[in-house]
Amino acid sequence: MFTADDFSALLITLKLATISTLILLLLGTPLAWWLAHSRWRFKFLIEAVIALPLVLPPTVIGFYLLITLGPNGPIGGMMSYLGLQPLAFTFSGLVIGSVFYSMPFVIQPLQNAFSTIGQRPLEVAATLGASPMDRFFSIALPLARPGFLTATVLGFAHTLGEFGVVLMIGGNIPSNTQVLSIAIYDHVEAMEYTQAHWISGALLIFSFLLLISVYALNRRFSVQYK
Amino acid sequence: MTIDVKLAINRGDFSLNFDFSIPSQGVTAIFGPSGCGKTSLLRMIAGLDHIPNAYLNINGQCWQDGQYFLAPHKRSIGYVFQEPSLFSHLTIQQNLEYGLKRLKTKSSLISLTSTIELLAIGHLLTRKPQQLSGGEQQRVAIARALVTSPDILLLDEPLAALDHVLKEEILPYLESLQDTLDIPILYVSHSRNEVARLADHLLLLKAGRIEASGSVNQLFARLDLDLAHDSATETLISAVVVKHDDDFQLSHLHFSGGCFYVTRSPLAVGSHARLQIFARDVSITLEKQSNTSILNIFPAQIDKMVSEGNTQITLRLIIGNIPVLARITRKSTHDLGLHQGKAVFAQIKSVALLS
Repeated sequence: MFTADDFSALLITLKLATISTLILLLLGTPLAWWLAHSRWRFKFLIEAVIALPLVLPPTVIGFYLLITLGPNGPIGGMMSYLGLQPLAFTFSGLVIGSVFYSMPFVIQPLQNAFSTIGQRPLEVAATLGASPMDRFFSIALPLARPGFLTATVLGFAHTLGEFGVVLMIGGNIPSNTQVLSIAIYDHVEAMEYTQAHWISGALLIFSFLLLISVYALNRRFSVQYK
Repeated sequence: MTIDVKLAINRGDFSLNFDFSIPSQGVTAIFGPSGCGKTSLLRMIAGLDHIPNAYLNINGQCWQDGQYFLAPHKRSIGYVFQEPSLFSHLTIQQNLEYGLKRLKTKSSLISLTSTIELLAIGHLLTRKPQQLSGGEQQRVAIARALVTSPDILLLDEPLAALDHVLKEEILPYLESLQDTLDIPILYVSHSRNEVARLADHLLLLKAGRIEASGSVNQLFARLDLDLAHDSATETLISAVVVKHDDDFQLSHLHFSGGCFYVTRSPLAVGSHARLQIFARDVSITLEKQSNTSILNIFPAQIDKMVSEGNTQITLRLIIGNIPVLARITRKSTHDLGLHQGKAVFAQIKSVALLS
């Protein structure tokens, strides 16, 4: 059914999706909060940059990351100079690529959730003695729960299906940077259709179940919060 | 103890210019048409809007001066918005406790239990806000603002979003607030009726500046303000219940100009009450009528007369030392030969007891 390489590809994929989603939630929450509340006139520039991965071919993102992170790129070069291993063709490089690639899927739901809450509940909390940090954790976070759920699942599911960026930046090193989507590609190349069927089917069902749970839970929340 | 405010904004079409000092006790109504700066003023006092170079002092505590700006969560305020704005992820009980948990000093003057009792929301505590009616939600919002025993309670048109029935449901609770609590209340409103029923002091706003400030009774009886030239123009008189006549089911209320007879009130003898007299319900005679069904007739002197269009005239009468407005036709004024300083009798057809 599954080969040893397939299993390690599965583990790498889950690890990659989990780590990327966590990083995106950590970095994306303050950024989404800022986007929802800032009145800076050039805010749309940032919003456009965040939405870029939605329209760009993943290979383009992967190509530029490869150039930047490779031994001859500005960041990769600096890391070589400091005696560190360049990030291209490593798991860390994959994480960086995934974070860029899945960014809109996490930030946009969070930004929408924060905008929907609006200023009023936060103002009420302020008049009741809550400091800005307190207001964020006691009011904004719980009220934005449906947004966080959507962001987490979309970020996770989208990273699962990543192909182009990973191929460009991670290479295809079994049990190191080979993820499921690339394992499927390899199996098809090698005419191993049974293997490709198993992995594809598993990914399809898993992603479908994830999305069903998001939409079902969000429906429950939206009924509750109406 | 006073509330002192000084602020100026000039941004093209929007300008505010306030400089006033009002007593920090009882209910002060901030009254004026939409867009006159009422809400901006309240938000500035709460610290929700930071207006540069403004000055704000509440009972000797400086909240804003020059560069100094005390953050809203450090101000001891209760704020009720037009919409209840309850926290939808918390139960009613948790909504009420939100402010209590964040109190620096635990010495709350008003207990949670008595607030719940005052606003009659005890049966709602375990519910979520979205399960409450609009009126119930607003009562919870008022209670939530009260339980922290703030130095000042700011109400921003708390009844404006409610229909007439719900307004009448909440007004009695607001009236009992001022009797029960010793917290100064700033009440933003554009409803004349709410002001007449609730306010002691009035801050009249017009196009971003203060038009007048003073006791409600005095301002309502001033002919130079727009208030006196409304179709619902009324005078408010403070009086004391002196006697109940159980035979005829009437109460006798004393004021400096004499004694009013009104429908039997549940108020105890000795309590203070506010009487409301619409100008259109006051008529003038030259001699005291004895063969009339009208009970409340007082000797009065005409203090001032102002025309309302071509047919009507508003008279400012002095009864005892209390001003009362009357609205009569220009023809009557002419036929009776009324003029400033003339002694007449005021017949008051109907009097409402407000509290």
